[in-house]
Amino acid sequence: MRVALSTSGQDLDGPLDSRFGRAARFLVVDTETKAVEVVDNHCSLNAAQGAGIQAAETVARAEVQAVVTGHCGPKAFRVLSAAGIKVYLSTAATVRAALAELDAGRLSESTGADVQGHWA
Amino acid sequence: MIVGVASGKGGTGKTTVAVNLALILAEDRDTTLLDCDVEGPNCHIFLQTETRSRETVGIPGPVVDDVRCTACGACSQICRYHAIVSLKGRPLLFPELCHGCGGCMLVCPVEAIQEVSFETGTVETGVCGRLTLVQGRLDVGHPMAPPVIRAVRKHAPRDGLTLIDSPPGTACPVVAALRGVDCVVLVAEPTPFGLHDLGMAVETVRLLGLPLGVVVNRADAGDSRVLEACAERGVPVLAEIPEDRRIAEASSRGIPLLTALPEFRPLFADMWQRIVDLAQGGRAES
Repeated sequence: MRVALSTSGQDLDGPLDSRFGRAARFLVVDTETKAVEVVDNHCSLNAAQGAGIQAAETVARAEVQAVVTGHCGPKAFRVLSAAGIKVYLSTAATVRAALAELDAGRLSESTGADVQGHWA
Repeated sequence: MIVGVASGKGGTGKTTVAVNLALILAEDRDTTLLDCDVEGPNCHIFLQTETRSRETVGIPGPVVDDVRCTACGACSQICRYHAIVSLKGRPLLFPELCHGCGGCMLVCPVEAIQEVSFETGTVETGVCGRLTLVQGRLDVGHPMAPPVIRAVRKHAPRDGLTLIDSPPGTACPVVAALRGVDCVVLVAEPTPFGLHDLGMAVETVRLLGLPLGVVVNRADAGDSRVLEACAERGVPVLAEIPEDRRIAEASSRGIPLLTALPEFRPLFADMWQRIVDLAQGGRAES
């Protein structure tokens, strides 16, 4: 499975960004091969509006099946759902720790947005 | 003549200046006050107007015919505001983000997209003596103020006297409220924030090519840097309203400054004269 994790860092030891739409980038991790790619999210970070939608499009184009982030707003959730991407929320400090939680089955799939739009 | 009252920073006294100028002018001539701060219209708090009409404002947005749509994604690619998103399957619509450019309709190869009007706000007209108040109100949850502001501005009489209470800041709503006015009054307070945001507002108004002057509110509450900045940039100071607790008390009760404290009438009358000179000077130059 390919998973996108929001981060302000560059690698697995970078911090998990609690924001989805306005995270600086995503680490896309293949849970089978452990391969890691960095996907930039600066366009969304600097967008006046629609950051969550744009970020969701970005991870959908990266062909992930799941997203791990801190919070997910309503518009982003709608786009992710439409693309068949599962959303997992985590409070882990680092991307590596969040990934470990996911691997261990400690994260449950979100059924809706957990924050309002323009939360961050 | 149309005069815009604006500010970089919020809460500096735009409404105080606009309402009291309107009241003094409406004593002997027909005056229209346009409350273009549609995210928080508040002129009505100070004016006992009788409502005459109310209209709704809509913005154009797309609807998709599911039968025709082939999910090609062309609409999604052209929309820079992400109001229409097509990933797998039929497009998702976020009408509140649509700017109504019609690009999605143009690029759709199967003509599956039509434009309909989505209600986004209301415009209400009220009258109080010779003063007409037109206020726009953006519906809660809608991010885009300019269409409602433009609808309010359509109510400016062709030849009459119009004052505009602008939204604060320097973004699209301010440009929509000020574009094409005869002159702009920027209300500033003499604080570090006030100085910083006044600088941005001056640049914005100059980009719009409009004559401008500054009214310093709560003039003795801070320091002299706002006055110095105006002198440096060649911006005339039209009036200085002193820091006075009684003004704040009247405002908090919804009483106009000039009703509560008539001793400020000469200050506003003089401010108006300077505004007229500024607008006419601007016309003479252009």
